[in-house]
Amino acid sequence: MEPRIKIRSITRERIEENFLASVFGKFFIEVASLASFTLRFFKEALKPPYEFNELLKQSFLVGYKSFPLVAITGFIIGLVSTIQSRPTLVKFGAVSMLPAMVAISLIREIGPVITALIFAGKVGSGIGAELASMKVTEQIDAMQVSGTNPFKFLVVTRVLAATMMLPLLAVLADALGLLGSLVGVNLNGNVSASFYFLQVFQSLRFGDLLPAIVKTFFFGFAIGLIGCYKGYYANTGTEGVGKAANSAVVFGSLLVFIIDMIAVQITSLYQY
Amino acid sequence: MTENAAPNNIEQDTMQNGVVVVEMVHLRKSFEDNHVLRDINLVLHKGENLVVLGKSGTGKSVLIKCIVGLIDCDYGSLAVFGRDISDLSDEELIETRRKIGFLFQSAALYDSMSVRENLQFPLRRQLHSIPKEKMNSLIKEALENVGLAKAIDKTPTELSGGMRKRLGLARTLILKPEIMLYDEPTTGLDPITGKEISKLILEVQHKYDTSSVIITHDMECARLTADRIVIIKDGMCEAEGSFDELRNSTDAWIRSFFE
Repeated sequence: MEPRIKIRSITRERIEENFLASVFGKFFIEVASLASFTLRFFKEALKPPYEFNELLKQSFLVGYKSFPLVAITGFIIGLVSTIQSRPTLVKFGAVSMLPAMVAISLIREIGPVITALIFAGKVGSGIGAELASMKVTEQIDAMQVSGTNPFKFLVVTRVLAATMMLPLLAVLADALGLLGSLVGVNLNGNVSASFYFLQVFQSLRFGDLLPAIVKTFFFGFAIGLIGCYKGYYANTGTEGVGKAANSAVVFGSLLVFIIDMIAVQITSLYQY
Repeated sequence: MTENAAPNNIEQDTMQNGVVVVEMVHLRKSFEDNHVLRDINLVLHKGENLVVLGKSGTGKSVLIKCIVGLIDCDYGSLAVFGRDISDLSDEELIETRRKIGFLFQSAALYDSMSVRENLQFPLRRQLHSIPKEKMNSLIKEALENVGLAKAIDKTPTELSGGMRKRLGLARTLILKPEIMLYDEPTTGLDPITGKEISKLILEVQHKYDTSSVIITHDMECARLTADRIVIIKDGMCEAEGSFDELRNSTDAWIRSFFE
């Protein structure tokens, strides 16, 4: 019996070792591959010729076409957070602080993060699915054969467009969120727009606005890069397209939270 | 007919059959443990239509993707227009690709673009300062060559399988390549449309004096288009000859392709 137990135990250990090696191996291979993809992005982005027309087209598709969704979401977030916060502030007799509280939370955190998550869902998945489907149908190969650098034409333009457009969308979401908050304040009272915005701008400092805008560039870059990476290296077949779109959203959203956590730590070092 | 084709002497071959535009010597390609191409020795002459036959998964598509530099070979040499493809810089590879047309099995049309834009794309990429009038006339000519002039404002999703193949061919021909690579040009088409595509391949060869490598499983296409046929087995050129020579081969396995 003893040798049998020994054999079973060794086999199990080997399986566990192989499993861990396989999981960690895959993780490190993925990280190395993404790092190489990122380096290639910078190399291709800096090297002429530049694809200005495609960059403009992608900026339009990524930015303008995401605007309605971001605008509606921003407005609703401002409205809802005002309505939800009001009872607590009334309890403490601090209802006059409502515009300032909503503005600070919206501009420093909720606006950029919610916009980035919507952007990851709409744009990140779109880029992932589009590039994966181009790969599956050999369109990327066709582009390469016709003498075009597909990385420069497809990846660089989309990542740059995402990086440039997300900050603009976040600013718009903040503005519409404040408008939503004004509507929320007026549901239970009568506050003029000029008084509301006077309170908002008195409570805000430049130090609240700048880090919030700066981090959206990183959010946009991460979402665009992950979408392109997942699409460009998608497995062939229709399953590959679905997986690319799905993992672009999942990893894009995860990266948004990780970047946000780092950004908050860095910002608090300078503020306190 | 030559069975188990040996490496060719390029100088001797050039004198006998004309200018060699593609030459492969002892070409090998593996994907991990899968040895797709084991030892390919092959030449393509100027103005020649070379048909490559073989069972599915024998590396025929890999072979033509190596010619255009989409896949790097592991061992051996592959010369296009006398220059080894692995020695070319990025700029030289782009320049070489300009002279090579590739018709993909799926036609690989850009779905987000219209028929016109599909044809504009290679022109804009290759001929940067081409005037609009010249571009329009080239597009019109390319579409007329494949009988698709009326479909200019449609999108690829509105086209049938045969029309997509013809549009893919028009997009490839618009840059007037010297070498054409066809990856199963008649697959998925009905016999009549398949015959039309085969005739179109011949027309292209006569009109532009192109050299072509045609990968196919369609014997009618092979019969109509081939000047020479090569059969690949286990990653090597098993047999070489004309359509009639191979069809009347004493080897039952070779004959089985034609039955």
